[in-house]
Amino acid sequence: MTGQEEGRQAVVELMARFTAVVGKQLPDDVLDKLKALREQEEQQLSRVVYDSMFENLEKALELDRPACQDTGVINYFVKAGTNFPLLAQMENILVEAVRLATVEAPLRHNAVQIFDEINTGDNTGERAPFVHWEIVDDGDQVELEVYMAGGGCSLPGRAITFMPSAGYESVVSYVFDTIVDWGINACPPLLVGVGIAGSVENAALLSKKAILRPIGSSHPNPKGAEMEQRLEKGLNELGLGPQGLAGNSSVLGVHVESAARHPSTISVAINIGCWAHRRGTIRINSDLSYEIISHREVT
Amino acid sequence: MKKNLKTPLNNADLAEIRIGDLLYLDGHMITCRDIAHRRLIERGMELPVNLQGLAIFHAGPIVKQDGAGYEMISIGPTTSMRMEKYEQEFIERTGVKLVIGKGGMGAKTAQACREHKALHCVFPGGCAVLAATQVEEIEGVQWAELGMPESLWICRVKGFGPLIVSIDTEGNNLFADNKALYNDRKERSVAEISKHVGFIK
Repeated sequence: MTGQEEGRQAVVELMARFTAVVGKQLPDDVLDKLKALREQEEQQLSRVVYDSMFENLEKALELDRPACQDTGVINYFVKAGTNFPLLAQMENILVEAVRLATVEAPLRHNAVQIFDEINTGDNTGERAPFVHWEIVDDGDQVELEVYMAGGGCSLPGRAITFMPSAGYESVVSYVFDTIVDWGINACPPLLVGVGIAGSVENAALLSKKAILRPIGSSHPNPKGAEMEQRLEKGLNELGLGPQGLAGNSSVLGVHVESAARHPSTISVAINIGCWAHRRGTIRINSDLSYEIISHREVT
Repeated sequence: MKKNLKTPLNNADLAEIRIGDLLYLDGHMITCRDIAHRRLIERGMELPVNLQGLAIFHAGPIVKQDGAGYEMISIGPTTSMRMEKYEQEFIERTGVKLVIGKGGMGAKTAQACREHKALHCVFPGGCAVLAATQVEEIEGVQWAELGMPESLWICRVKGFGPLIVSIDTEGNNLFADNKALYNDRKERSVAEISKHVGFIK
C-alpha cells in the first residue's frame, strides 16, 4: 500500500469511529445545557422524563450503543483547506466511513432511495451521506461537522417567503407557529435554528448551520443577538417541557443565521434539533493527526 | 398514579387509568409504524400478527442479528402523529389496547380510545437504550422485506416504561389540553416580541 492509500484508509476509519461516537455521546455544550434545564425543572412528570434521559445517556455509554435509535441521515459539513492532501478523495472517504459506521456503531438503516422506495441498508445512496462544502483558500486542514438528521426533528423543518410588508414580525409568528404545531413532537427541549435570507434554499441551509453553532453563541449583529434572546425567552415561556409534557422550559436555545435579502422578499426557514442533538466537530491536519473539538472526553 | 400492566390487556385493566398516569408494561409489544399502518388500512393487507389485547410501539429500532435470533440494540419511540391518519381504524380492526409512541395524537385516535377502551402512551423520546434494555427477547420478525425500521418486531418486554398516558379510555387527551395552553401563551409572546423587531423602517 502506498503512503497515500494508507492515509486514506486511516481517515475512513477515523471518520467511521467519530461518526459512531456522535451517535452515542452528546457534545459538551448540549450536555451542559440539559443538566442546567434539568435542575430548573419543577413539574413532576417532566422530572421523570429528565431522569429517563440521563439514565439513557449513561446506558448508551456503558453498553456502547447509539443513544437514540434514529441515527438519522448522516450530514457532513466540510470546511476544507485547498492544500489538504486528501481533498479530492474526501467525498468518497465519507461515503466509505458511513458504510463502515453502519456496521460498527451500528447505525439504523436510514437511506430510502427516492422513487424506488428501497432502503439501501447501509446509509449510503443518492446524495447520502449529504456533504456540504466550504473551501478555505491556502488552508491545509479540514474541519468536519457530523450531524445526524433524525426523522422526528427533521419533520418540523419548513421554509416560506414573506413580502417585506409582513416584516420581521412574520418571522416571529412563523417560528412560534412551527414550534407549537410540530415542536412538541420533535423531542423538546429543542435547539431552534432560524435562517433569514432572500430565498428559501438559502434560508434553509442557514437554518441548519444555525443549529450547528455551539449553544450559547450569538448572532454577530447585536440586533440579531437580541432577537435570538427574545425568541428564546418567549419560547421558554410557552413551557413545553421535555417531550411537550409541560414544564419550565422549551428550548436549549435559538440561533439565527442570516444572508442579505432581495429588496422584495424575506425568506425564513426553520430547522430543529432535538434534546439528543447529535453533532460533532473534528479537525484533521495535513499530517492526518486530529483534534476532537465538540466532545472533551473523547480522543 | 403508577401502575404495572401485563398483556393480554382487557377493558377492566385500563378503566381506572387517566392521562398523566405512569405505566410499566410486561408482555408483548410489536413495533408498528408508517408502512404497517398503511398496508392494513390502505392496501387491504392483513397484519401477520394478532394484536388483540397487546401493545404496539411506534418505533423503528436498531437490531443486530445474533446467530439465528436478534438482539435489540436501540429502540425509542417515533412521532405518533404520523399514524393519526390510520390509528382510529387500526385500533378498531386489531383490538390493540396500548399504542405507545411520542408526542400526542389527534381527535380521531382519542375517539377510538374511548370507543374501544385503548390508551395512547408516551415513552420518553430519544431514550432508546433504556428501552432496549427492557426488551427481554425479540421473539420474531414479520414483513422483514420492509427493512429494519419498518419491520414488525415482536418483542417480549419487562418493566417497559416509563409510559406516560396521553389519551385515556374516556378520550381525554393530555397533549390536546397542553396545546390549547401553549397556543394561549403563544399569542402573548408573539405580540411582545413583535414590538422589538420593526427593523424595516
